[in-house]
Amino acid sequence: MNFYLVQFLAGLASAASLFLVSSGLSIIFGVTRIVNFAHGAFYMLGAYVAYSLTERLSGALGFWGGIVVAALVVALVGALLEMLLLRRIYRAPELFQLLATFGLTLAAEDLSLLIWGPEDLLGRRAPGFRGAVDVMGLPFPSYDLFLIGIGPLVLLLLFLLFRRTRWGVLVRAATQDREMVAALGVNQKWLFTSVFTLGVFLAALGGALQLPREAVTHQMDLRIITEVFVVVVIGGLGNVVGAFLAAILVSELNAFGILIFPKISLILVFLVMALVLVIRPMGLLGKAEGPTRAHASAAAPWRPLDGSVRLLVMAAVILAALLPFAAGDYALSVASELLIFMLYAASLHFLISTGGLVSFGHAAYFGLGSYGAAIAVKSFGAPMLAALIAGPLLGCLGALLFGWFCVRLSGVYFAMLTLAFAQIAWSVAFQWNAVTGGDNGLLGLWPAAFVATPARFYWLTLALVVPAIAVLRLIVFSPFGYAFRAVRDSQLRSAAIGLDRQPIQWASFVVAGTFAALAGALYTFSKGSVFPDNLGIPLSVDGLVMVLLGGIETVSGGIVGALVFKALSIWLTSQTDYSKLALGALIVALVVAFPKGIVGAIEGLGGRKVRP
Amino acid sequence: MTVLSVKGLTKSFGGPKVVDNVSFALEAGEMLALIGPNGAGKSTCFNIINGQLSRSAGEIRILGVDTSGLDPSRIWRLGVGRTFQITETFLSMTVIENVQMALFSHHRLLTVWRKPARHFHAREAEALLDLVGMAEFAGRPCRQLAYGDLKRLELAIALANEPKLLLMDEPAAGMAPRERGELMSLAARIAKTRAIGILFTEHDMDVVFEHADRIMVLNRGVLIFEGLPEAVRRSAEVQAVYLGAGTLYAESHA
Amino acid sequence: MSAAFESPAVLGLAVNKLNAWYGQAHILFDMAIEVKPGEVVALLGRNGAGKSTTFRSIMGLVPKVEGDISFNNVSIAGLPTYEIVRRGLGYVPEDRRIFTDLTVEENLSVGVQPPRPGLEPWTPERLYDVFPNLRELRGRQGGRMSGGEQQMLTIARTLMGNPSLVLLDEPSEGLAPKIVEQMADIILKMKASGLSLVISEQNLHFARLISDRVAVIEKGAVRYAGTMADFQARPDIRDAFLAV
Repeated sequence: MNFYLVQFLAGLASAASLFLVSSGLSIIFGVTRIVNFAHGAFYMLGAYVAYSLTERLSGALGFWGGIVVAALVVALVGALLEMLLLRRIYRAPELFQLLATFGLTLAAEDLSLLIWGPEDLLGRRAPGFRGAVDVMGLPFPSYDLFLIGIGPLVLLLLFLLFRRTRWGVLVRAATQDREMVAALGVNQKWLFTSVFTLGVFLAALGGALQLPREAVTHQMDLRIITEVFVVVVIGGLGNVVGAFLAAILVSELNAFGILIFPKISLILVFLVMALVLVIRPMGLLGKAEGPTRAHASAAAPWRPLDGSVRLLVMAAVILAALLPFAAGDYALSVASELLIFMLYAASLHFLISTGGLVSFGHAAYFGLGSYGAAIAVKSFGAPMLAALIAGPLLGCLGALLFGWFCVRLSGVYFAMLTLAFAQIAWSVAFQWNAVTGGDNGLLGLWPAAFVATPARFYWLTLALVVPAIAVLRLIVFSPFGYAFRAVRDSQLRSAAIGLDRQPIQWASFVVAGTFAALAGALYTFSKGSVFPDNLGIPLSVDGLVMVLLGGIETVSGGIVGALVFKALSIWLTSQTDYSKLALGALIVALVVAFPKGIVGAIEGLGGRKVRP
Repeated sequence: MTVLSVKGLTKSFGGPKVVDNVSFALEAGEMLALIGPNGAGKSTCFNIINGQLSRSAGEIRILGVDTSGLDPSRIWRLGVGRTFQITETFLSMTVIENVQMALFSHHRLLTVWRKPARHFHAREAEALLDLVGMAEFAGRPCRQLAYGDLKRLELAIALANEPKLLLMDEPAAGMAPRERGELMSLAARIAKTRAIGILFTEHDMDVVFEHADRIMVLNRGVLIFEGLPEAVRRSAEVQAVYLGAGTLYAESHA
Repeated sequence: MSAAFESPAVLGLAVNKLNAWYGQAHILFDMAIEVKPGEVVALLGRNGAGKSTTFRSIMGLVPKVEGDISFNNVSIAGLPTYEIVRRGLGYVPEDRRIFTDLTVEENLSVGVQPPRPGLEPWTPERLYDVFPNLRELRGRQGGRMSGGEQQMLTIARTLMGNPSLVLLDEPSEGLAPKIVEQMADIILKMKASGLSLVISEQNLHFARLISDRVAVIEKGAVRYAGTMADFQARPDIRDAFLAV
């Protein structure tokens, strides 16, 4: 019994940092409408900077001063980033903002590697809180008791800040309608900067306070951001009290989940999150958003390809089929990979362009396809063709399960939930050694004898990818595809003509997931192996960049985007060790250069021509 | 034939009753206006009838079918069309595709994924567009339409499921004075020829007095008056809670 | 004559050759409006004619705008919105847009700006005299008020910024006739206190009650401008631009 009490208290202590980071994310989102993906990176930087400062400063003052100064320093970095980068993209679509902050995360990972090296760093214990206290006969770290007090204290301070100061009233007003606040004479720029700085301060403080509890690593950012997304989805985005309650809930589930499912403790959190979403889709304390109004798409209505373009596409396919007669083995294996990613991008593009569903975890289905095929071979001795069916089947089942929850949400909630599910799938692959091989992956998965040469495997890939993409296009122009587009265009109108949004979106989600899984299954055999990276966040984001490059408002832009992006990144990886830094910088540059997307940028040029 | 009958409809959101024991009936071919001060419960009534909100008590029958527990799409399938105060259309599609979309739903084609949508019900969609005078715009992108044309398109979409009941929320909002009259005349004509009952809310008294066959006045959730336009206009009670001194509408309507 | 003597003639708002775009769409074409101190000007036109875009362009809320906008002799084109507000231009958008989570008092406090020389400063107390309903509701959350009360609050909130000219977008939209009559009274009181107003409207009856001058807008340009009396004598204008 006492053991459970100690476990409960440990959970409360973990909740403190999680709450600080989550509340920061929530506050920033409330006012700027940006889901700051880089929040995990600020948390990590807080820990790193605190490590450096506390190693150099001595004494109790040095330690506590170092913690606070670290948070302030990182907050200043955040303020600069807000002024230099985010101010340029406040008008951009949500997808671009998420991508830009993700680009920052990538860059921050490589930068911290450059500055602090690859080793995990162990910080000092906190002066005054080094020992343990006796809790019902069991020792409990006194620093954890201190942390348990921090959470409610910060909550109280935030409450006073928002209720008792004019700044707080302005922030609450801007959370609801920022344009209106500007129209009443408030300088929005500084309001945004101050809010962002406060949010980053909270994240960095959360990271710095973890210093005496755990080692500082490069994985801290993605690990916390997943939990933070889960917390804000459960608590309700933009609600600080909700974040507080949800942080405690998630931390306790983690604390006790370890006891129940020691291998895959995230499962318990997932189950509870699922339960909350079914009962309250807007989170525990979040407010239900009214139906969004119909929005105008700038592009012309979509048309099926006309005769001449159709001939061009057929010519391209025939040329592609002739490639093995001209190219060498390496080129052909690269070409197979490009085809696979075209299908992956096309499936994500279908979700985003046709249905307006921006998934930040599409790699989950690619990865499920990879693992499905690999496990079929390794555990069941299936032949390759059977494995190429098993992979999409597992992806389809995963999309059925995850999609059922995801389509209950929309907008950024949808994006965060898809990401959280992908992370859960990733951690299952990472932790379930017996079946997935864990970090070591599964190796030796080679194509069957009849397609054992690069040329033959390329033809197999082409023979599967081209019809798959054709089917996706067919769906876009079918009555079902129109219905998928209709529920995106206008919720009110589609409900008023008898369209049920959720089943339509669910079915589309499953279609997209299954096609991504087919790509993943092919990828397994093109590489001969699978690793947890096949469902990692970076792969999800790669997909988004491909879609973005190709143009969101096109029918099939993802295909072109995949071609450009994949070729670029294969080249980039061969050129530098810091490919994350390069890729992150590229993403940020892309978003800043084309804040309305490439299609939007082209239209902007068109608009200028019209001017008299 | 009675297309809509409401008996003892009551709704509260936990606090006081927003709609309090409202009863009325609507006949085929009739235009019935629901007016009243802001916050009187008009929208709540509307949203209960179309299934977006649940009721606390009372009975609603649409074409004789009790609608309790039915969601909006089931109610739509009973034969209920809707237009919105601010138009809601599918802006990424062409005009005819908007109408076709409603027809796909009506004819239960939503699971068809192997055949291009343009092959289905184009004729029927054209006929509906023709009915509201929009045939020449069929191929236009919807987002290029002027506001008055969007309103007419909405009417065509609302007619796609051959409704017997049409719910119009402030149909005249956002239109120029003569456009308003023309839209309402069009709606009235269609209501008469197709035996559709129309229930509408409206703040423009010129529209209400000219086009409504009958008017109901709602105040604080209670139906305080029901009658012919002339009677409503003369009612001291309605003037006190809603109409005011009469400076905001024409003095008489033909 | 020196410039100092000429300047009073262009006090108020002067908009010239105003063009505005949303993305690719060109919305305003050489729009021109002039508002003299103490005047109430009604912008008439249907939805989509360009009334709201005109207001939003003046307030710096439309990304792509070209043309001259001067207020009390100073160009305000290209300034950020808050700067424009601080120079004495108030804006009440359509659809009310009160802060529903904030109380009436908090809503008013968001609008606070320093007093303006020559104008009696607005305080909550003075506002409650003009909008008696709000006094009783001052502790209530904005989301729990009726549409009419909310509309009153948006106007009161803008007055807290002590503007000398207010742009009022469709104040009568969606309101009961009786409330619209109260609204007309309030607008006349605001005018009497020395404010200038530009009001976009579709309700001709309402416009007739409150305005000195009229500008009819159609397809992003002014098609007719004149006094209210002249406009009423021209049913042909009404038919040509305010109907199909």
